[in-house]
Amino acid sequence: MKAAYCLMLLLLLNLLPACSQPASNQQQTGVKDEKPAYGDAIVEGTIGESSTLIPLLASDSASHAVAGQIYNGLVKYDKNLNIVPELAESYDISSDGLVITFHLRRGVKWHDGAPFTSRDVLYTYRVVIDPKTPTAYAEDFKQVKGISAPDSHTVVVIYDKPFAPALASWGTAVLPAHLLEGQDITKSPLARKPIGTGPYRFKEWVAGQKIVLESNHDYFEGRPWINRYIYRIIPDSSTMYMELKAGAVDLMNLTPVQFARQTTSSDFTSRFNKFRYPSSGYVYMGYNLRHPTFKDKRIRQAITAAIDKEELIHGVLFGMGQKAHGPIVPGRWAYNPSVKDIAYNPKRATELLAEAGWKQKNADGILIKDGRPFTFTILTNQGNQQRLLTAQIVQQRLRFVGIDVKIRIVEWATFLKEFVDKGNFEVVMLGWNISPDPDMYDIWHSSKTNVGELNFVGYKNQEVDRLLIEGRGTFDIEKRKKAYFRIQEILADEQPYTFLYVPDALPVVSSRIRGIEPAPAGIGHNQIKWYVPKAEQVY
Amino acid sequence: MANYLLKRILMLIPLMFGITLITFTVIHLAPGEPVEMQMAMNPKVGKEARERLRKFYGLDKPLAEQYFSWVGRLTRFDMGRSFSSDSRPVKDKIKERLPITLSLNIIALVLEFGLAIPIGILAATHRDTWLDKGITIFVFLGFAVPTFWLALLLMYFFGVKLNWLPISGLHTLGSENYGTLRYLWDLAKHLIMPITVASFGSLAGMSRYMRSSMLNVIGQDYITTARAKGLPERVVIYKHALRNALLPLITLFGFSIPALIGGSVIFESIYSIPGMGQLFYQSVMSRDYPVVMGILIIGALLTLIGNLIADVSYALADPRIRHGGAR
Repeated sequence: MKAAYCLMLLLLLNLLPACSQPASNQQQTGVKDEKPAYGDAIVEGTIGESSTLIPLLASDSASHAVAGQIYNGLVKYDKNLNIVPELAESYDISSDGLVITFHLRRGVKWHDGAPFTSRDVLYTYRVVIDPKTPTAYAEDFKQVKGISAPDSHTVVVIYDKPFAPALASWGTAVLPAHLLEGQDITKSPLARKPIGTGPYRFKEWVAGQKIVLESNHDYFEGRPWINRYIYRIIPDSSTMYMELKAGAVDLMNLTPVQFARQTTSSDFTSRFNKFRYPSSGYVYMGYNLRHPTFKDKRIRQAITAAIDKEELIHGVLFGMGQKAHGPIVPGRWAYNPSVKDIAYNPKRATELLAEAGWKQKNADGILIKDGRPFTFTILTNQGNQQRLLTAQIVQQRLRFVGIDVKIRIVEWATFLKEFVDKGNFEVVMLGWNISPDPDMYDIWHSSKTNVGELNFVGYKNQEVDRLLIEGRGTFDIEKRKKAYFRIQEILADEQPYTFLYVPDALPVVSSRIRGIEPAPAGIGHNQIKWYVPKAEQVY
Repeated sequence: MANYLLKRILMLIPLMFGITLITFTVIHLAPGEPVEMQMAMNPKVGKEARERLRKFYGLDKPLAEQYFSWVGRLTRFDMGRSFSSDSRPVKDKIKERLPITLSLNIIALVLEFGLAIPIGILAATHRDTWLDKGITIFVFLGFAVPTFWLALLLMYFFGVKLNWLPISGLHTLGSENYGTLRYLWDLAKHLIMPITVASFGSLAGMSRYMRSSMLNVIGQDYITTARAKGLPERVVIYKHALRNALLPLITLFGFSIPALIGGSVIFESIYSIPGMGQLFYQSVMSRDYPVVMGILIIGALLTLIGNLIADVSYALADPRIRHGGAR
């Protein structure tokens, strides 16, 4: 009887496409009235809810996304990921790289009308380094030796030694001193009702449902065309996709399968614009370099040669991604395009394994050495379907060259505490999201191998150590480039990770919203210039 | 009777204490700490920042000290502040979600009982007929169909294709400017799908109970007597049989009271309903101890009260329990 019911639902599904489409949101084909106009709203679907809108206390991306509309930093990344002034009108770096002087914009006002001055910058610095503030972002500011404000619109920061990531660190959101000074920041009402200088001002937060922002008419880069920016919290991505199709969500990120298979109808493409560009992260397999098997470079090279990265991209990402060759994603200035990565070549893998002493195979076709079969476990975290699929394809590929791979999935907290922190793993499958600045000292420097630090694979290479320090110790981009190019060559040879792929970011936006310009930084960089022509406004 | 009640209430105190001790221990036994969850795998976080955060949350103190300071605050009805980055009082976090879950669950519960009782009676009085079999199939389908799957199908059909009902959430954007009636109608439209899906699943168990209990009663002598008296079948069933057959269901109803504050994570996520299920799930995943403990304590308290009410009503109904307690 259950079978009969399923059949009934199948029939029902077949009937669905025959039903009529809602007539709303018809695309205008003519070019009449394409002029930018004030008004309307944009609804973005978000999986997670923000935790706090004081960015220096937040550690989740949902909070930073919303706070990014409300606050500004002294500097920001432009559409090509170059650092440009924002709340600062300009900045100078002394020739020895030790002093950065910010000249602040004049006439900028907080959303409550108070003027923005150097006092706000000093306060932000002081609260970040205050040991009582529970923030994750103090590290970069600890390098500051001294800070002063000669007048209300100048800030001078002095460093001990040149520190390249320093400039980017001033992109941190500047907080309003007049509302926070002398208060306990963790109990401040600004966490739920923020006041910033940004293009949108906070209007309303309905817990678990939505956050509503309104355009700031006095924004120093001009009033945004779109009047309201609404974040709708929809924890389930299938639901969000249905809301998108029903017209109740204007912007969301698609999954590869949604992008490649479910959004190709002409009906969909006339109502929505899809965008595709490399995301700022990569997925990798990290070897525990303290483990006797993986200490041998040849073994790591063999495993990389046995894995077909192209196949992973097709199987897991439906082609929505590209191969990763190193820790810098393609398109960034520090990316070395001529790095010689190990290509997919199972024969070469077999040779390398034989060189390392894995020659014989047992009855099951698994390589053996000293009577032990070659077997290891890939450990990954729960809740990430893409990583699981990747691990399964890798498992099959490695089986072809005679390596028996097991996959173990562990809940995130346990994963960190019991396995990564204790070095209790053979191979992990994880991903890194990387900042536009190429500094990767924390991930690769040999001093960062203690419990809880990020070089958990235990990578140690003196040349890399030296280059990492060189790369972060100068503002000269050519010198930095040289250092990071060399690091990529070394890592490609040594393979402490097998760098697997860089997934694409796949945002989709309602086609009534115009003015979107995809760039290396994504689509969000010119949001205040987005608009909806008068005739198509719906809210 | 008063004596019995007093004894039962006094018993609650050590019980409650035990519950707090066990839940506190269990949640701290789970690997990982709130600090890890917020800061792990972030290149910008130094060791010092972690220590700073641990100290901020008081996690550097011995576990026993943490427990007693937590219990101490609890006796003053203070559940502390959340360990997530918003540091909001736990009370506020629960307060903004509890009414939603509570009202949804109450509506669903009323609907379940309202439907399960007539369905059960119908199945019992038409035992082994096509009607009974049809009902059996229907309720078991409800039992067997995965909620998320049914939910997505309904969403696609009524939300995307027909555009009759909103897909998720509780309010349409801009509904705050509607008049009262339109606002309520908007809310009702949002609730139709989630409540249908929520009640559909639990209908099976409840109506089966009703059916078997009804069958049990119908087979008894006094029903035969009633029929022999020449009473119309309607009176026999609804006046004589139903009252007795309802008793086990009332017990079930008592058990459902603590479940009123619990929400289903899957169901709340699919319909974007900001309820207790999501809050609890997220706080467990991020090891937000104060929130987890807060929700568990309310749940435990409601369970104890529910049991107390059930026991007291038994005592009222059954003199044997009452006298046994007074002795």
